[in-house]
Amino acid sequence: MSELTRGLCVVAYRDVLGFVSDRFRIVASLAFPLLFLLIFGGGFSNVIGPMAGGVDIVQFMYPGIIAQAVLTTSLFAGVSIVSDREVGFLREILVAPLSRTGIVLGKATGAAAVALLQVLALLILAPIVAVPLGLETVVLLVPTVILLSLVLSGLGIFIGSFARSQQGFQLFMQMLVFPMIFLAGVFFPVDNVPLWMEVASKANPVTYGVDAIRQVFLGAGASGAGLGVTVFGHTMSFVEEMAMVGALGVVLLTASGWAFGRQE
Amino acid sequence: MPGAETAPVISVHQLARRFGSIEAVQGVSFEVGEGEVFGFLGPNGAGKTTTINMLCTLLRPTSGRATVNGFDVVHQRSDVRRSIGLVFQQPTLDETLTAEQNLRFHAYAYGVPGDVRAQRMRELLTLVELWDRRGSKVRTFSGGMKRRLEIARGLLHRPRVLFLDEPTLGLDPQTRRRIWEYLAELRARDRLTIFLTTHYMDEAEQADRIAVIDHGRIVALDSPTNLKSAVGGDLITIATADRDAAADELRTRYAVSPVVADGTVSFQVPGGEAFLPEFVRGFSQPLEAIGLRRPTLDDVFLHLTGREIRDPEGDAGPEPANVGWRR
Repeated sequence: MSELTRGLCVVAYRDVLGFVSDRFRIVASLAFPLLFLLIFGGGFSNVIGPMAGGVDIVQFMYPGIIAQAVLTTSLFAGVSIVSDREVGFLREILVAPLSRTGIVLGKATGAAAVALLQVLALLILAPIVAVPLGLETVVLLVPTVILLSLVLSGLGIFIGSFARSQQGFQLFMQMLVFPMIFLAGVFFPVDNVPLWMEVASKANPVTYGVDAIRQVFLGAGASGAGLGVTVFGHTMSFVEEMAMVGALGVVLLTASGWAFGRQE
Repeated sequence: MPGAETAPVISVHQLARRFGSIEAVQGVSFEVGEGEVFGFLGPNGAGKTTTINMLCTLLRPTSGRATVNGFDVVHQRSDVRRSIGLVFQQPTLDETLTAEQNLRFHAYAYGVPGDVRAQRMRELLTLVELWDRRGSKVRTFSGGMKRRLEIARGLLHRPRVLFLDEPTLGLDPQTRRRIWEYLAELRARDRLTIFLTTHYMDEAEQADRIAVIDHGRIVALDSPTNLKSAVGGDLITIATADRDAAADELRTRYAVSPVVADGTVSFQVPGGEAFLPEFVRGFSQPLEAIGLRRPTLDDVFLHLTGREIRDPEGDAGPEPANVGWRR
């Protein structure tokens, strides 16, 4: 096995192992999306009522919450680099005969695997919120989640490679994550908001990831009915969004490979 | 000299490293033979860890070259990494995983073949007496147990050289002794070369040869015995009523240079044990007490640098030059 593939495998293996053997993290990672769904969904549904295309607010939010879980978990790949540095384990990884690129890809793959586990667990909620869930939805959802997670973990690793303390990194992440979630069309459609919000949301790459996941669940029809993302009069299709996210991923993972490899 | 008959396992030539304007290591050269225990002795900030990091490929040298197990530390980093085991000053374990999971990660990372993995893990965990605790999370381990686990992990891929950076820092004496017993066993069995940095004098004495490093330079390199004999003999301390008269007599009759301090008179003589009976019989001043002490590496360091090795714990910032003996 080459140093790249071995690096990828062992680092991903360890991050998944760390997740499944940490009960607190498992519970927290599932409780958080659930909380969002219950509070926001419950709070809004009586006020707002059914939306366009016969979709209610909870059905609209559910795919968004899934995307948000993917976002949080993926950025966690960056946190894990910072905490590994703090507890010293990063040195064990860095001094092993593994390629730096392999380590970065391993971090991203580990995050994607954990994100996928979480998403699959969150699918249990689909029948409760009356979101249709067929086999083809799941089949399409898996690669979508993996791609989105790899891309966002690229961002997390990039920032994590520069951070020197966990506190600093967490603060920075919160500054980044909350606007990214609130301006990504998780809780409301981005086509029907004040102009500044619309511009900010459409400049936010997470918006397209959220919409891609939503299209997997609700189909392209809901997008046409005004719940999707329209850029310069063009309603983004699932494939276009995936291509965009993928292109961004190449950039982010290359940048994070450089940032991580920079350290001696 | 150990290792003189075989090719050196570590060979360092004019190795230097600068951090900005600070020259942490200023051109050190030495060789370490197979199966040798080689010690790097010096105060904090002398350049010990910087040198080790260069030899372990974690830090690029500014100039000079070094090979480990025949591989260049800059151009053949992967081969160097495969040849060495490391135990750092700070723990580098994943505390959320079990002892066994930490070892397994290491085995995967170094490509240890599956058919020998389980057997080696068992053997090493037994050696460091952690086999019974293999399923426990590392966070439940004491400092000594963690260090033992790290030593086991560092040996899992059968390295030629084990680097120990302050291996027993902060551990109790009993644990330190146990760790040295394991190392002696491994050395005898596998002809393992051990490269160690320390500022514990008693630990440095375990080495076959010691390089004394100060301000990024090697100021002496020899066996502990030779280094100690270079100090100028054993230290004799006497207590007597008339110290000045005693000092005078020592100067004129015995041709030594006595130092009067703290209510005692002390001086150095070669072969103190043979000197003592004769001295007690012939000395004219009444003696209240007499003490003989062999020179330690503390004395060596003081002799070579004019300073004492700073206290490892709580050395925040510069200390006054004269702080008295440790312990």
